[in-house]
Amino acid sequence: MPSRRQALSHTAALAALLAGTGLFPQLARASSKQAFDARTIQDAMAALGAGALSESGDVTLSGPDIAENGAVVPFAFSTTLPGVRRLLLLVEKNPVPLVALFNVSAAVEPAFSIRAKLAQSSSVYAVAVMDDGRALYARKEIKVTLGSCGT
Amino acid sequence: MADPMRIRAQASGGKATVRILMAHEMESGQRKDEAGHIAPAWYIQEVTASHNGNTVLEAEWGPGVSKNPYLQFVVKGAQAGDTIGVRWKDNRGDTRSDEATVS
Repeated sequence: MPSRRQALSHTAALAALLAGTGLFPQLARASSKQAFDARTIQDAMAALGAGALSESGDVTLSGPDIAENGAVVPFAFSTTLPGVRRLLLLVEKNPVPLVALFNVSAAVEPAFSIRAKLAQSSSVYAVAVMDDGRALYARKEIKVTLGSCGT
Repeated sequence: MADPMRIRAQASGGKATVRILMAHEMESGQRKDEAGHIAPAWYIQEVTASHNGNTVLEAEWGPGVSKNPYLQFVVKGAQAGDTIGVRWKDNRGDTRSDEATVS
């Protein structure tokens, strides 16, 4: 377990999450279950055994700048790169950061739209895990005026 | 058995855009009801989609997906008349399968 330091900036945090994880994805099922049990993005990505993580202009994430209602926030995320194994959507400050994981087959385009809950204003990440293990992400800050919890 | 999904699949330019609206509470396990008890988590965990019987998409979801989930994706090579099937399974083991014809 890596030590959790909330104060880390997002990039440092995301970089730290992969440093020193000697994990290799075994069966997708097993590792993804751990990823959904993870309480931080770092732990989630570590559970998925993703490799070096970097921000990439080839991954796109779109959503509202301000979400009136945190219970229903629409996102669209995609990548133009070939060789995508998985596309993930993560909300940093949710109790369960990993929202959705898509195993991309050759028969579908690596582009999805989905509606997610945000417990509070948060960074949202779309991560493309490539066949070679690289993890490329796009990030967006979403302001939530009404959270999805406690109501 | 849960309520049916609404699936629309429209072909254009050698691919089909699939839009799905599922009927599900998607209870996160964080929310308290009126009496102050935490409502137990109840959410869709697995979603699979098929094109003419062949699986084209496998997704895994957490409790962070909104109530009555919406999903949109694009199937390559799908033409009008093809069948798109969608199946979900939630953490209580309940499942639902529906099909739609590409228009």
